[in-house]
Amino acid sequence: MRRDWIYALLLLLPAMVLLMGFTHIPAIETVISSFFSTPHGRRPAHFVGIDNYLYLLEDDVFIRSCWNNLIYAAITIPASIIIALVMALFVHSRMAGLSFLRMAYFTPTVLPMIAVGNIWLFFFTPSFGLIDQIRALFDLPAQNWMGDPDTVLYTVLVVAVWKNAGFFMIFYLAALQTIPEPLREAAKLEGAGRWTFFRRVTLPLIMPTTLFILVNAIINSVRLIDHIFIMTLGGPNNASRLLLYHIYETAFEYWDTASASAMTVVILFVLSLLAIGQFFWLDRKVHYK
Amino acid sequence: MTAQDTSLAARLDRVLMTFGAWLLALLWILPLAYAVWTAFHPSAYETNFTLTAPLTLENFPKAWVQAPFARYFLNTMILVAMTLSAQLVLSTFAAYAFARLKFPGKTILFTLVLLQLMVTPDILLVKNYETMGTLGLVDSILAIGLPYFASGFCIFLLRQTFMTIPKELDDAARIEGEGLIGTLWRVYIPLAKPTYLAFGLVSVSAHWNDFLWPLIVTNSVETRPLTVGLSVFSMTESGVEWSVINAATLMTSGPLLVGFLLFQRQFVQSFMRAGIK
Repeated sequence: MRRDWIYALLLLLPAMVLLMGFTHIPAIETVISSFFSTPHGRRPAHFVGIDNYLYLLEDDVFIRSCWNNLIYAAITIPASIIIALVMALFVHSRMAGLSFLRMAYFTPTVLPMIAVGNIWLFFFTPSFGLIDQIRALFDLPAQNWMGDPDTVLYTVLVVAVWKNAGFFMIFYLAALQTIPEPLREAAKLEGAGRWTFFRRVTLPLIMPTTLFILVNAIINSVRLIDHIFIMTLGGPNNASRLLLYHIYETAFEYWDTASASAMTVVILFVLSLLAIGQFFWLDRKVHYK
Repeated sequence: MTAQDTSLAARLDRVLMTFGAWLLALLWILPLAYAVWTAFHPSAYETNFTLTAPLTLENFPKAWVQAPFARYFLNTMILVAMTLSAQLVLSTFAAYAFARLKFPGKTILFTLVLLQLMVTPDILLVKNYETMGTLGLVDSILAIGLPYFASGFCIFLLRQTFMTIPKELDDAARIEGEGLIGTLWRVYIPLAKPTYLAFGLVSVSAHWNDFLWPLIVTNSVETRPLTVGLSVFSMTESGVEWSVINAATLMTSGPLLVGFLLFQRQFVQSFMRAGIK
């Protein structure tokens, strides 16, 4: 037994040091710095209690970013999950041109978000962009989709759905393949239609996959924001500013690390809730072993 | 309902579904097709879709000389290779300990590993940047990869795979006189090959595409990966033509895209395998 302990220590040491050094310890440090002021030159950080958080509550830009991110999540998550399921059902039904379909759905997944941003930027460009050219065919006026605070959030949102759906499709595809064929035959004998079969058999059986995808979709709605850098830079009027982008700007353009830490704690809080939820609730439904 | 009715309904159903599937696929491929169109045509045809438009390759060399893409490619390849090798080695060791050894604190440590699936290093920008400052690594390729060397995801995947390997094989290797490294090399690693491949593809595409952390931690041509280089290139105000930007965009995603098209089946299967735990 003792020999096992020593082996385990030696085997785990490098991985655990790096894991904790770049995840757990910085997470704790972030929480601590959120209660301190930003150090300036010779003036070291001093304890300010919850001042950073109170300041955030009065910061309109931060509140705006939170709202934007909520809308962003509330639309991209269900949209990409539903489209992913539809894609998987299409690909699973073995129709003509299957490999083209699968390629078309999945390709956005392998592209970098920056490249994706570039591609879509030209799509949305007023009058010359493809969307406006199609609108012109129907005599609709040119529209500055990314320049209008009312529509800009939807442009970055569409891009996220486009990028994510194909990725989530893969997981549904894997789940659909585990549904036993006899079930389908039995349902047919019982006279169940396709829709009934989908609702009563398929949907419950792929529930664990849906939950797994849901968790990933929530994480992506916080993390996957690279296209903002190319497409909108959070503008106009902060209308497409998302939380992580705002943290980046606060920390690395205004060097206000105290505020940035307090905002990071907000994200950490959401992710921790997710982790706890998965631990206590999901684990019972998703079988890992 | 007669048999003929059902077959007619079924056929109609089939046609509608195929139609829907193709419509969605065309919609999904449209942005990429548009990028390909502009990249392979002179800039005059950026928004003018005539089938007779002359094809050209000149946008690619134009983009290539306007920014140090060769260096960016090299940086990204170093980054991806370095990160993946470190991840595989460290995770193999850790996964073996979690799968086969008994030691105190195992559950807590494994929970910490799983936590990294949620709280990833790229959210902790400020502190990790400070750490790199302390280590004197700011603006180095090592700094881009280092936070990802220990991958919770890889440890988890390998542990799940190792647990399915019969303990008897392990014992047999030991009886033949293999040490720990030998057993890993002769028994565990060969049997877990599909998992290694799956994780490898996921990791390479993730780090090839990563942007925010490299943007923060690099600030010179010698260290910038392709994604950051591409963003610098396309954000310059000098009025670079669309067709050239799109050529650069395709170029930087090219190797992954070609790799994906060639190994489509393995790619999709790998992602699937990585998803089913």
